[in-house]
Amino acid sequence: MYVAVKGGETAIANAHRLLADRRRGDRTLPGLAIEQIIAQLGLAVDRVMAEASLYDRSLAALAVKQSRGDMIEAIFLLRAYRTTLPRFGSSVPIETGAMRVERRVSATYKDLPGGQLLGPTFDYTHRLLDPSLLDDGAIDAPATRDDAGEAVMRVSDILDGEGLIEPDGQMPQDHVPGDITREPMEFPMPRDLRLQALARGDEGFLLALGYSTQRGYGRTHPFVGEIRMGLVSVEFDVAELGFSVSLGEIRVTECQMVNQFKGSAKAPPQFTRGYGLVFGQSERKAMAMSLVDRALRTEEFGEDVVAPAQDEEFVISHCDNVQATGFVEHLKLPHYVDFQAELDLVRRMRAKHAEGRTAESDHQEAAE
Amino acid sequence: MSAAFAHDSNTHDPRKRVIDLLARCSRDELEAAMVTLEQIPSYLRLRGPETGLVIVKGRIGGGGSPFNLGETTVSRAAIHLEDGRVGHGFRLGTDRRAAELSAVFDALWQAETERSFVEQTLLLPAERKQALETDALARETAATKVDFFTMVRGED
Amino acid sequence: MHSKTESLIGGFPDAVLNSQTVFRALMDCLAHPGSTGSVLPAIVPPAPLSIAAGAIMLTLCDHDTPVWLSPAMAQSDVSAWLSFHCGAPLTREKSDARFAFLDKGAALPPFGLFAAGTQDYPDRSTTLVIELDALDGGRALTLSGPGIRDVTQIAPLGLPDSFLHQWTGNRALFPRGIDVVLVAGRQIIGLPRTTKISGLEA
Repeated sequence: MYVAVKGGETAIANAHRLLADRRRGDRTLPGLAIEQIIAQLGLAVDRVMAEASLYDRSLAALAVKQSRGDMIEAIFLLRAYRTTLPRFGSSVPIETGAMRVERRVSATYKDLPGGQLLGPTFDYTHRLLDPSLLDDGAIDAPATRDDAGEAVMRVSDILDGEGLIEPDGQMPQDHVPGDITREPMEFPMPRDLRLQALARGDEGFLLALGYSTQRGYGRTHPFVGEIRMGLVSVEFDVAELGFSVSLGEIRVTECQMVNQFKGSAKAPPQFTRGYGLVFGQSERKAMAMSLVDRALRTEEFGEDVVAPAQDEEFVISHCDNVQATGFVEHLKLPHYVDFQAELDLVRRMRAKHAEGRTAESDHQEAAE
Repeated sequence: MSAAFAHDSNTHDPRKRVIDLLARCSRDELEAAMVTLEQIPSYLRLRGPETGLVIVKGRIGGGGSPFNLGETTVSRAAIHLEDGRVGHGFRLGTDRRAAELSAVFDALWQAETERSFVEQTLLLPAERKQALETDALARETAATKVDFFTMVRGED
Repeated sequence: MHSKTESLIGGFPDAVLNSQTVFRALMDCLAHPGSTGSVLPAIVPPAPLSIAAGAIMLTLCDHDTPVWLSPAMAQSDVSAWLSFHCGAPLTREKSDARFAFLDKGAALPPFGLFAAGTQDYPDRSTTLVIELDALDGGRALTLSGPGIRDVTQIAPLGLPDSFLHQWTGNRALFPRGIDVVLVAGRQIIGLPRTTKISGLEA
């Protein structure tokens, strides 16, 4: 129950002023520039863009600064901002096969066309804190090597040649891609809508669900067929020109998870796939997304839904951290009247309870 | 619902190259080019400059049916010069001024008299810059390519 | 393709403020059915679109609202203008349209062909914008319902005779049904589905 109450205006204004002070912190230190956040905290910026579902590095960096590094607050800020903008239209689907690849690895094939390209990865670091970063010392320029110019073939295309793996997911012919930002969610949900929801889903939540499938809660026997990260062009159809224009490039991370499938009456045994595609360099998120995508296809393959990661309504309804934080955090808002009612109820119940006991003991005494 | 174009035929329109390259010119580059023009062209706004969203589509599995991945900010502008030439500018991000300048240069490019200026000042440098960046990224990435080798085993 | 400049000029000079002004005028007209509102911004829509209908189009139509145009409008520069300024997709299916624009004298299609919304989402319906000769000087109609104290009268000129009969059928669908905006020149009258309309006894 909500009752309008007035008051606290000065307290709120001063709290926001205090927040601004604490955000700035020690004034003898230089303030953070947005360009520094973009350049040096790039993966934080990427996470904010991915989960806000809005690709804009400058705005995401501003959100990180404004939120003092609170990721979910930053995501919330960017989500709120996007609602103020009109939508011009939708892009031509991006071609991840034509990506300018910055990283590409496969856990299923050692020697594959294009090779294993490690790129800027934390893998194989020793996870030892590096005191040299305490000083702003010179950093070596990247090593270079002549590029053989070999096309970086998609791993799914390699297995596809043998018919051992299911093809890329196809929706029915006349299916128009749904949009969770325009239509209320309904379950069961087609895979295209699920992927949209997962792409903006909370990394931690999806990571935990993906992990749960590995630990036996809806096992899918996954292998990383391929992870690739790099730049793709965003093409936009312009009706008045009669052709599409390239708006620029965005960085995305894609994960093809390959999973065993024992086959069914209809389909012979083959590998099935889970798919992850995320804004920015967000490998963990893309992997988690592909695990959850595959888990959510349980019913499609006639498998039993036995684990949380396979429960579509559970996963999709709870993966959005802006929704989640809104509902959890609303609990701290005034519920004075609510609570007074509860208090009153508990008092009355206690009184009744006490009455009952008295009556019972009277009864017992009388019996004795 | 939106009109679908045959994308492989896109390249036949030389203006695609112009608009695409102008989207990659920085605002500073565009402003500098505008200043070096003999005469700042006068133009009228047809639409914008304005910032909005374009929803970016991906494909299920990388090559399957489209799905909506998320949105990106886009700024665009359409102008017309006094002689009726219409120019369009588009780019990722929120820089409306850059989008408008791009639209002006797209319009200028359409007349032979100003085409070479736009080519020399903006488009060819942008193409060169793009080629250098693409090459540098490919070479840096190639340096992280794994060369597998098998250890000789002592069995013989 | 549509590089004819005529189909590109004449949009809002100041998109944000202009669309807010028009939205406000339209909202007031729909909140007070029968009252006449005016559209002020200096726009130049292509014929046969009037200033009021053009302003409503620029204000309300966008990428997410399929639009149906009467045959004369669909064949004019209006479709390119709509596409350029609003980014709205054209539809031939009246039942897919969120907005429908009819030029002066266009045959009034049966309302039942347009989207009436669903019981769960009655808002998913078509709003018809009908261009008339004038919003006064015609046969008097009596309006009553939400937003009207007692009754009010309008006398639009050029409203087809079938309108009243169709409107009664539309009212019977409530909460589903279409909404109508009558326009002439710069003027607008809103007729939301809640409004009862009857012909004045002679």
